[in-house]
Amino acid sequence: MSLARNTRSRKAPGTPKPAKTAAKKTPTSKKSPTSKRTGRTEVPAAGPDAVHRMDLLAAMLRIRRFEERCVELYSAAKIRGFVHLYIGEEAVAVGVNEALYPEDAVVSTYREHGHALARGIPAEAVMAEMFGRTTGCSGGRGGSMHLFDASRRFYGGNAIVAGGLPLAAGLALADRMRDQPRVTCCFFGDGAFAEGEFHETANLAVLWNLPLLLVCENNLYAMGTALERHEAQTDLAMRAASYGMVAWAVDGMDVEAVEHAARRATEAIRGGAGPHFLEARTYRFRAHSMYDPDRYRDKEEIERWKTRDPVNQLMDRMREDDELGDEELTGIEHRVTDEVDRAVETAEQAPEEPVEDLLLHVTSAPAEAR
Amino acid sequence: MSADGQPEKAKTTYREAMREALREALSADDRVFLMGEDVGRYGGCFGVSLGLLEEFGPERVRDTPLSESAFVGAGIGAALAGMRPIVEIMTVNFSLLALDQIVNNAATLLHMSGGQLPVPLVIRMTTGAGRQLAAQHSHSLEGWYAHIPGIRVLAPATIEDARHMLAPALAEPDPVLIFEHGSLYNAAGELSPPATAVDIDHATIRRPGTDISLITYGGSLPKALAAADELSTEGINAEVVDLRTLRPLDDEAITATVARTHRAVIVDEAWRTGSLAAEISARIAEESFYELDAPVERVCSAEVPIPYARRLEEAALPQTADIVAAAHRAVG
Repeated sequence: MSLARNTRSRKAPGTPKPAKTAAKKTPTSKKSPTSKRTGRTEVPAAGPDAVHRMDLLAAMLRIRRFEERCVELYSAAKIRGFVHLYIGEEAVAVGVNEALYPEDAVVSTYREHGHALARGIPAEAVMAEMFGRTTGCSGGRGGSMHLFDASRRFYGGNAIVAGGLPLAAGLALADRMRDQPRVTCCFFGDGAFAEGEFHETANLAVLWNLPLLLVCENNLYAMGTALERHEAQTDLAMRAASYGMVAWAVDGMDVEAVEHAARRATEAIRGGAGPHFLEARTYRFRAHSMYDPDRYRDKEEIERWKTRDPVNQLMDRMREDDELGDEELTGIEHRVTDEVDRAVETAEQAPEEPVEDLLLHVTSAPAEAR
Repeated sequence: MSADGQPEKAKTTYREAMREALREALSADDRVFLMGEDVGRYGGCFGVSLGLLEEFGPERVRDTPLSESAFVGAGIGAALAGMRPIVEIMTVNFSLLALDQIVNNAATLLHMSGGQLPVPLVIRMTTGAGRQLAAQHSHSLEGWYAHIPGIRVLAPATIEDARHMLAPALAEPDPVLIFEHGSLYNAAGELSPPATAVDIDHATIRRPGTDISLITYGGSLPKALAAADELSTEGINAEVVDLRTLRPLDDEAITATVARTHRAVIVDEAWRTGSLAAEISARIAEESFYELDAPVERVCSAEVPIPYARRLEEAALPQTADIVAAAHRAVG
């Protein structure tokens, strides 16, 4: 059992990676060449790498621009339903995903555009899903809240707060029973702490020593209810640690700090250390959903958090270290905007599923056989 | 083989038949594991899994905390990752704590993912009353589950079904819920090897007849058969239909039996309001209206939480005499 520890400093002590970790990583990693082109396995906090930082920045900007376009498309009634934006929280998805391998599993929530994009699901497939088209990553049956990609072991997209946690325990259990050195990463919000499923899962995970990384995105609000109004004890990492798992809190606005903490956790989990809990202290700049008038928080609070914008923070740091010039930034912005433009264009042109297919995928049997 | 060349029949009980089915499943496929409350060290809340822990070890006969939502959800996750979990919940009443996982995840993941994520999971639980366990251990809520698209709902009513329904359930790519009526575990009888595989797509006729159809399932089957015996002494030849699969319902079997007998009594231990019996009645009205010689009769539980007191519990539940009386009304 370990006490909750705080790794909020981005200059956390760098632990040089053992050679075997590097050897293990290289053959299994099939991530996009851009994010892995340095071949480095050191955590950035141990020595920032300009190329790696550029990758982190591009990944966050990609999510940011994608969602900004979603706002426009929602206003234009091109996409509908509940749409929960991740703007402000990008550092968590990007930082954690850097620590995951393709064979790991990810379970997510209804605020999962960022997780899906960071996991490598093409923007075109995510956007087409928002449009409800057959080319969407869930065939148009899930929409914004239910993104899935079996080939990338991305298991949702769960709109029930804490509902994904037991599922994640099961994915991890399967890996453990078959001695697969894989990690299941489950994202959830601070609101999940009020649900029994969080506590049942934490208990089960420690009892069974499951290879599970629990990532709590503490954005201080469960829908419109502030943390101190929905939790009797607001120190979430401490509560998770009470189950006997290693639990850290980390600055969720600092992508490098998140990556560093996530790497430490996943390496420990792969080594058999059992479930780990990471509380990423973050903030969403937009309302809970597109329907939410956001009356429950002060504008000053939002503005104060915006000064800690994860994208701007990383850009400032890179500029300070002479790693980012206007030209590079323009280049990234162009690439990202092009990708989002293309995603919207292909989604608009993508076919809609015929109504005759309505009853498909209710069971695995053909519709007429049911 | 016995002296007369027939396959030997083994004396067994519903409980032992279920255990044998589990043993066979665990032996046949190393992706299969049993998980649930008291399934290991205790031997199963109803003794079904007694001895399996010693045989298969604690990884594959896995005791869980009393955390229905977590261990049912874990079963779903393990199924997604390629395992074939069998999850046992003590009673259907407790399954309500896992209702979110069953309804929002197990039943919907395939559809929401556009066909990418089938959930090959089997969940077993007891249902029904009759043992003076009072309201929180006695309800019959399988009809609620039969309401939900995306899951298959089975109700083994005989020793043969207890023995041979698990294998086809495990072969299903989708979630299957198996409801075992608590009063059936001690039912004893002879099981003929080699039994044929149980057909989980179709209802079955347990007793052919010509005058009236008694349509039932699970724990009410023995009562319906007893009622049919009693009716036969009066010259009323009742057909007893065992639905066996509550979702999807075998419409053809229901239509066919009504076409033969022109009268129907539905026996269902759930409450009448919004029950499976209500659904079957509606289907008969839709499909077989002109075949009917009498209004459809329903024998269901009284609209009361099942009481503890023996006399009251008996009065709340469908009994053989109630079925006979309903048949008399229909035959008129």
